[in-house]
Amino acid sequence: MNFVLRQGLVVGVTSVDVADVLVVDGRIAEVAPSVDAPSDAVEVDVRGCWVGPGFVDLHTHLREPGREEAETVESGARAGALGGYSALVAMPNTEPALDSVAMVSYVLARGENSVLDVAVAGAITLGRRGELLAPLAEMAALGVRLFTDDGVGVQDPSVMRRALTYAKPLGVRLAQHCEDESLAGGGSMNEGRLSSRLGLIGRPALAEELMVARDIELVRLTGAPMHFLHLSTARSVALVVAARLEGLDVTCEVAPHHLTLDEGTCATFDPLFKVHPPLRPRGDVEALCAALRSGDVDAVATDHAPHAPELKDLPFDEAPAGMLGLEHAAALTFEVLGGESCSPLRFFEVLSRAPARIAQLRQSDTRVRHGGHGGAIAAGEDANIAVFDPSERWVADRRALASRSTNTPYDQRSMTGRVRATIAKGRLVVVDGRLR
Amino acid sequence: MTSSIRGENLLSLNDLDRDAIVEVLDTAEAFVEVNRRTIKKVPALKGRVVASLFFEESTRTRLSFETAAKRLSADVLSLAVASSSMKKGESLRDTIATVDALGIDAVVMRHQSSGAALQVSRYVPHVRVINAGDGLHQHPTQGLLDAFTVRQVLAERRGAAGVETGSELFEGLRVLIVGDIRHSRVARSDIAAYVALGAEVRVAAPGTLLPEFLADWPVGVVDDFDEALEWADVVALLRLQRERGSGSFVPSLGEFTTSFGLTVERARRLRTDALIMHPGPMNRGVEIDSLVADSAAAVITRQVQNGVPIRMAVLYLCVAGSHGGGSQ
Repeated sequence: MNFVLRQGLVVGVTSVDVADVLVVDGRIAEVAPSVDAPSDAVEVDVRGCWVGPGFVDLHTHLREPGREEAETVESGARAGALGGYSALVAMPNTEPALDSVAMVSYVLARGENSVLDVAVAGAITLGRRGELLAPLAEMAALGVRLFTDDGVGVQDPSVMRRALTYAKPLGVRLAQHCEDESLAGGGSMNEGRLSSRLGLIGRPALAEELMVARDIELVRLTGAPMHFLHLSTARSVALVVAARLEGLDVTCEVAPHHLTLDEGTCATFDPLFKVHPPLRPRGDVEALCAALRSGDVDAVATDHAPHAPELKDLPFDEAPAGMLGLEHAAALTFEVLGGESCSPLRFFEVLSRAPARIAQLRQSDTRVRHGGHGGAIAAGEDANIAVFDPSERWVADRRALASRSTNTPYDQRSMTGRVRATIAKGRLVVVDGRLR
Repeated sequence: MTSSIRGENLLSLNDLDRDAIVEVLDTAEAFVEVNRRTIKKVPALKGRVVASLFFEESTRTRLSFETAAKRLSADVLSLAVASSSMKKGESLRDTIATVDALGIDAVVMRHQSSGAALQVSRYVPHVRVINAGDGLHQHPTQGLLDAFTVRQVLAERRGAAGVETGSELFEGLRVLIVGDIRHSRVARSDIAAYVALGAEVRVAAPGTLLPEFLADWPVGVVDDFDEALEWADVVALLRLQRERGSGSFVPSLGEFTTSFGLTVERARRLRTDALIMHPGPMNRGVEIDSLVADSAAAVITRQVQNGVPIRMAVLYLCVAGSHGGGSQ
């Protein structure tokens, strides 16, 4: 199907222009102030909307295999498409873990049948147990470019050192869930004055910051690149910024919930607000928002973590950690970047261009048959495009999600800015905010 | 802040102001008399159904609540869930829905997880929820009965009835709480009650058994335990909660006893009119010496006795003041 996006604000790498975007056979054929479209092309009026590269999520839990009641590759991909994503990186903490060629191939195959491009982050260690290296080279040969034991960090520094040394010549990047379990284990919210009063065991900021500091030293030692997942404290970001200034190849992401919710929500004892790393005090939230605006933080990544409803009806300390993210991330990022004053360049940088670079999804890869993401909106590029209407006001509704799960903390929250259309794999998959 | 628990849930003493607490104490005073009668029963909650839902082991609190409910003529559904539902994978919501389907007016609930009572109160908004202890968070009726016991003893010394004194006897009262504050829901409720009533509270414990961010709590921290014993009007001892891992927070029980146990020698430093309290169950020889526990200054048995009238008062105020409902 061919189509033309009429008169949107096309957000390039360095500039924005009102233009028509013509997509023919899954590629951008022409971008010009006025395009003569072929007669069979579907006309899509996107006046007032931002037209930029489709979003890339560095951190999606698709739950398949093992927890298909919470999410599948297909349902997660549909949720992603509604959220403006054209590519997702599936986290390996499935059951069993994505720690082998067979498991990675399975998810990649499922991804090929979904509405968008699904890349896989392989496990660093077998079974994500933090002991023995997973077959990183074999998985890298399948096109895997990120590895992590996410859900937990690699606790043993000697194992992490070995993994970095082994990964370096493979041209891949290791990503860490930074929490020292000897300090954080057993905790269910941020350790602070509130956890003390509520009688909930805390996960101290120190647990995260110590591992960030440790891994920066390991990067210095090994020279391997590293990505820090869902940083949640001001100090963590400061450590990464300092390391980057020293010339180390370190990147980092923050999650929408760490930018928009603080630990105060845990006073409700509602497990919807339980997440690892935990929601932090207001000061950290504000520091993360400032760091996202300034460029100190590279990317927004959702840590989309579906859980079946019965698991979120457990007591706070027993319930699993994590919340949904894909369908609300764009509006929340827009809010954090200033709402009406949000820069469209920065918006697409943190949601698309930076994560595409980190995940090495910029170029199309024929082995895993994914297209190029996070590039320019220009003739010849693969058509992976997000169309975002910065003026639409709407109310989040947990009953209207494409995800199989409903564990969003944003139900009934007023949002500004909404994904109007998504083009993924060259196809128009979302129009007028609805899946086609 | 609530100024009366009439028709409300009782989840945390942090929610209650001085009036609300005094109202419970005054109401309990009337029920003390009922408990002295030959026929220890009043019809206040006749026809009402109280479910007692203990997810965690308990002897005294459960017996005390069930006795209280029966003396108010309520029907009591006692459900043994301690080891069953959760281990079979049932969610808290399903468990409470099952109980609610039987038609109940109130649920008295003990759970090993902080906040569980608050969660349940959201699932069954038409049922009054009374927290009988949730994790490390709160044990409201223990806080109330401790305050009640203090007021009762001090009022007797004056030859007055507790009700006549309101919160007056707590003004400037010096309360020292000793032991595993970190893991204690009793400490969290006691402190809320005493501070709301106007007392000055200090805590004494090894640093590892003090809660994090104690500077935010409305209490002082004792530097010298022995000196603090001379300061205190009331000394409340807490059990070392070994089942919550307290064992690894101190080098040994022996060292804890040496540093913070109320030994016979230490008890000699107490003022002659000081009260010694313990919420039970006691580890005799650990936080309190056996002789001290049985001494005249100890009001530990009174605390247990007062459990019934306090819980009668709480049930009466929370349930009688509600519309009742049973299943929706």
